[in-house]
Amino acid sequence: MTPDAAIRAEGLTKRYGETTAVDALSFTLPRGATWGLLGGNGAGKSTTIAMLLGILVPSEGHVTVLGHDMARDRFAALARMNFSSPYVALPHRLTVAENLRVYAHLYDVPRAGARIAELAEALQLGEILNRPAGQLSAGQKTRVALAKALVNRPELLLLDEPTASLDPDTGDWVRSWLERYRAETGCAILLASHNMAEVERLCGHVLMMKRGRLVAEGSPAALVARFGRDNLEDVFLDIARDRRALGKERA
Amino acid sequence: MRASLRRIWGLVYRHLALYRRSWPRLLELMYWPVLQMLVWGFVTAYLAGVQQNTASVAAGVLLGGVLLWEVALRSQMGFAISFLEEIWSRNLGHVFVSPLRPGELVAGLVVMATLRMLVGVLPAVGLAWLLYGFGLFALGPVVVLFFAALMMMGWAVALGVTAVILRHGAGAEPLAWSVLFGLTPFACVFYPLSTLPAALQWVAQAIPAAHVFEGMRAALLQGRVDLWHLGAAFLLDALWLGLLGRVFLAQFEAARRSGALLNIGE
Repeated sequence: MTPDAAIRAEGLTKRYGETTAVDALSFTLPRGATWGLLGGNGAGKSTTIAMLLGILVPSEGHVTVLGHDMARDRFAALARMNFSSPYVALPHRLTVAENLRVYAHLYDVPRAGARIAELAEALQLGEILNRPAGQLSAGQKTRVALAKALVNRPELLLLDEPTASLDPDTGDWVRSWLERYRAETGCAILLASHNMAEVERLCGHVLMMKRGRLVAEGSPAALVARFGRDNLEDVFLDIARDRRALGKERA
Repeated sequence: MRASLRRIWGLVYRHLALYRRSWPRLLELMYWPVLQMLVWGFVTAYLAGVQQNTASVAAGVLLGGVLLWEVALRSQMGFAISFLEEIWSRNLGHVFVSPLRPGELVAGLVVMATLRMLVGVLPAVGLAWLLYGFGLFALGPVVVLFFAALMMMGWAVALGVTAVILRHGAGAEPLAWSVLFGLTPFACVFYPLSTLPAALQWVAQAIPAAHVFEGMRAALLQGRVDLWHLGAAFLLDALWLGLLGRVFLAQFEAARRSGALLNIGE
């Protein structure tokens, strides 16, 4: 086992009957690194994240998170990691503060009140702490979801499209905040996103998936150079539209 | 242990926060038990006018049956609906990727079921005493044991219902309200077990509530505590809780394999 690995996935495979959603995915995310997980709709990103979170059992393969085997010891890993997605809501009728308190208890965070105050200040939640989560704007909901994801000071953060449906200003604020947070805490981040500019800015390494398989990987700059393109979005389109022989590109 | 209790409290706190700011939810908890008690209270008051002496006995048996059966119903619904609340708020994804263990999830739901049952049933018990002079707790401390046995039966049924929801998703929601009503004829709430046809008596013998109500009638009509029926009720509770608890855990693991946890609300 690599002691510095935040995630170590070996031959991760998920089959639903005849359909293979994720096919023999292997990668090692080092601690403190930010990696991107890219792919079109149905590429297997969400299935991969679900397996990394232990909510979905792989058909084959093995995942180790922060040194914990997810098949045998997932709760120890879950206490040290967290997850945020705009597609999973927080209870709408509870206030922001109540929601954060619920998760502070679920993650057994000591001095929950102080931690919530700390997050409220860092993520500018002070004015909305006592508002029901269902009454927030998309940008406010994103900041609250981030606060929930950070409540246990995670060593690993899995983010599923963290800036989806945000205006450019709010999206930029979230990206800056994530950059600063990673630099300050050394938290490893695995980011699934369809925003290529975001991935180029935040991620030191990118995993490109298509039809459940890892078809290309490397730093954004290396991928752009390897595909002979100007930016990561064009690389993404090349892969999505089979404009290149992917077998060669993975070399 | 402390961390485990904290996680259970987190789940309970989430539901308490919901009820704190929603008086219609609180009202709904009391509505049906009070309504049931009123209807059966008037029926027994009517019987009292018609049949004089025997009516007070009938009143006790009917009202006691109504109130105690509500304990099982509210416990089952409280557990299952608290679980459904997580599905309705699309929050289950966060809960299942937190360090909350399945056993702690069940413990949190049991606490919520107990609180919901107490809020729903105790006002009805109080009104039965105020309006009809029927004091359920006048039966003595054995009432607490009746409550406990019926609550445990409610949790056991709810574990089964939740397992079905895990397998079949939100389409199985109606079971949360209806399943225990289907057991009413066999639970012998209002009549002795011997009233049932012989074949159905075997079915009733396997239901903890049937033994509780036999015990209630023994206490009301003969003034004695029937330890045999009480013991049978708790033994059956333990068996059903063990069995349906295993079914729930097995279904939870099956849902992790099939991916059902990812789209349970759809």
